[in-house]
Amino acid sequence: MHLILFIVFAGFCLAGAINLLLQSHPINSALSLIVVMTSLAVLYLMLGAEFLAAAQVIVYAGAIMVLFTFVIMLLNAGREDRTLGSRAAGRVGFPAVVAVLAVIATMILHAHGLGVARLSDGITTTEELSAVLFTKLLLPFEVTSVLILIAILGAVALASRGNGDQERTGGR
Amino acid sequence: MNSFLMQEVPLSWYLLLSAALFSLGVVGFLIKRNLITVFMSIELMLNGVNLSFVTFAHQWHAVKGQIFVFFVMLVAAAEAAVGLAIIIAIFRARATLAVDRIDLMKL
Repeated sequence: MHLILFIVFAGFCLAGAINLLLQSHPINSALSLIVVMTSLAVLYLMLGAEFLAAAQVIVYAGAIMVLFTFVIMLLNAGREDRTLGSRAAGRVGFPAVVAVLAVIATMILHAHGLGVARLSDGITTTEELSAVLFTKLLLPFEVTSVLILIAILGAVALASRGNGDQERTGGR
Repeated sequence: MNSFLMQEVPLSWYLLLSAALFSLGVVGFLIKRNLITVFMSIELMLNGVNLSFVTFAHQWHAVKGQIFVFFVMLVAAAEAAVGLAIIIAIFRARATLAVDRIDLMKL
């Protein structure tokens, strides 16, 4: 069961990621990224991370991707025109990506002591997670709430400033 | 039924999937020409790394790996909000989303 689930959802993940690269319209890329994130949530659940699986669906596949699709539709982003891209990307980037992937893959395949995952392994409950998060890591948690607040203020300031300029020039 | 539950998947497969997702994200960052799609490739890379964290949290039975993923998600949410606001501002100023035409800082 675990093997079948892993193969199915890992296949969904890779297919979605490859489809993201192949699609020329941003909205198709965004939809395939939602497929990737939702199948990753299933993989998290299979690894026993129930809270993260829920958070992945709510925060990533829900909030962030809705924001993306909203902006794509707001800006009416059309098909991207294919250009050759920068020369540095072709000459240095792709060989570097292949090399890094090869090094990581050989390191993983030769690593000793990596265990196996079973469905009977049991899950990390949200209670265990929150016990650590709200005792030992309370300060980082509060700092991130300040970060989110600053991000909201920054987003509002960035997105509304252009509008104000437009109104001013339009008024004159 | 019991043999179904006892079926096992090596954790190295999860790590390989994570490495593959990260590499696909880097390739997308290099070949995509649309600003929003480039930004989505960055999210793909973050997700690949998150899968690594969850896998190692399972390997060492550690809760802190999962908490790190939680923080990565929070920072990614903040990053997406600010990044998309910047994209909207750029689109207002230059009326394009093609990265080739947003080259004021190019040498």
